[in-house]
Amino acid sequence: MSEQRESLVHVRGLRKSYGDFEAVKGIDLDVWRGEAFGFLGPNGAGKSSTMRMIGAVSPASAGTLRILGMDPATEGPSIRGRLGVCPQDDTLDTELTVRENLTIYGRYFGLSRAECRLRADELLEFVALTEKAKVKVDELSGGMKRRLTIARSLVSKPDLLLLDEPTTGLDPQARHLLWDKLFRLKQAGVTLIITTHYMDEAEQLCDRLVVMDGGLIAAEGSPAQLIRDYSTREVTELRFGPEVMQSDHDALAGKVEDLAQRIEVLPDRLLLYTDDGEHAVAAVHERGLEPAAVLVRRSTLEDVFLRLTGRTLVD
Amino acid sequence: MALALENGRRQFDYWLTVYKRTWKGTLISSFLLPLLYLAAMGIGLGSFVDSNGSGALGGVSYLQYIAPGLLASTGMQIAVGEATYPVMSGLKWQKFYYSMIATPLRPADVVYGQLGFIAFRVTSTCLVFLVVITAFGGLKSPLGVLGLPIALLVGMAVAAPVAAYATKLENDAGFAMIFRFGVVPAFLFSGAFFPVSQLPNWIEWLAYVSPLWHGVELSRDLSLGTVDPWMALLNVGYLLAWFLVGTLLAVRGFTRKLVG
Repeated sequence: MSEQRESLVHVRGLRKSYGDFEAVKGIDLDVWRGEAFGFLGPNGAGKSSTMRMIGAVSPASAGTLRILGMDPATEGPSIRGRLGVCPQDDTLDTELTVRENLTIYGRYFGLSRAECRLRADELLEFVALTEKAKVKVDELSGGMKRRLTIARSLVSKPDLLLLDEPTTGLDPQARHLLWDKLFRLKQAGVTLIITTHYMDEAEQLCDRLVVMDGGLIAAEGSPAQLIRDYSTREVTELRFGPEVMQSDHDALAGKVEDLAQRIEVLPDRLLLYTDDGEHAVAAVHERGLEPAAVLVRRSTLEDVFLRLTGRTLVD
Repeated sequence: MALALENGRRQFDYWLTVYKRTWKGTLISSFLLPLLYLAAMGIGLGSFVDSNGSGALGGVSYLQYIAPGLLASTGMQIAVGEATYPVMSGLKWQKFYYSMIATPLRPADVVYGQLGFIAFRVTSTCLVFLVVITAFGGLKSPLGVLGLPIALLVGMAVAAPVAAYATKLENDAGFAMIFRFGVVPAFLFSGAFFPVSQLPNWIEWLAYVSPLWHGVELSRDLSLGTVDPWMALLNVGYLLAWFLVGTLLAVRGFTRKLVG
């Protein structure tokens, strides 16, 4: 890109410790104006800690952090005035109505009452909650609460929108509706920072992302770039049926090892990472192996994610 | 300072909306309970005490003796109620404080807003109670109306440290301790119903330590016209110290909890 890029979030050597525990262990990144930037990582990777620092709420333990060109240590309120934050928990006031949650929030940013009312009505329209305006938040479904939280984060017309796991716990319909809203915001020029552990969400929404693991950045790039760098074009999945044991899988893997750039042995199947999946299938059959089921698919971000962060449960 | 005031102003609509939604529910506990005490103790027990001669009370009716102290006690009770469960709700249950500090508001601003609302709740409740007391003839001198700012001071002196304590709790079980070992004994033994000199020595000293005793004394002295300026200064200073130290602790507790 030849044009001058403006860094809205500039991070160098950023660390965060809670007592003896270091949640973020020194990360570098820049988020450019107008892009949708993602943090991917398993639970405990340091995504939320990083988001809280970028939100100018939690102070950094070490390193450089500039948000919208300002230092959160000294200009926290000014920075927060230009951010929209959609936290992981909804933190809505359930005693108040849907509309009150928006108008009152706008007041915290110093907007006039008239301005708050105007924006509340626009935003309710935007997230399709106009009919629920006078309903208490208690009575909303999970998806509606999420939409309201996103609407609330937009009440100050932020330059930068932070979304911490925006669609966790939602049904597919609600997720797709939210993605549509977020896509429209991006089209309108809002810079988005999203944390998620849904790979499809990251592929749908993010121009660029980092995979975090153990408080560090394990990889950075566009979804397509990450797949090129850390996986192959295609994956061939071979299933040999339930009677085949793990030890048999290891033996089978030995027979097809050379057909793929990388091979992964799972309890129920073999994964062959290769640029030509069909070719690998043909070669497998040529060697006299008869898998019960074969699937050739394109590599996804999930393959990259699992390669970088492992298959072990973190909890 | 200017920023704190501006950020306080920005929270006004929130607290107003909260009040509009909750004031009916608070009617009974806020107004009815102190009223029942006033009727039972002041008029019921009072007529019994007075019929035996009011010499021990310095020649005033029992109603006039207890009414100013009840006013201060009401201030304490409202304040503790508002500094316990609502604070825990903001931190743990509804987490609305977290949404506030994602805006230009700072943790300290959130504390000031919450304390400001408690001040309003204490003042409005005690004002109604004061009107009732006055109607029953519970004040001996017009200066007794100064019991209202005293009740407010008592309320703030307990609300601030209790809010700080609330930030340390993992669940609301700890509030039972506050009510059992703080509010109820203070209400009974802080001199509202009888002079604390009647108590065993060590309890008498506990009464002097409690903020409520200072409020009760001052409120009664104002109504009965027995104010000793130096003692009054001590009472006010003691309550202010509780309020100021409590506020510092609350700001520290909120900051630690919200910002981490």
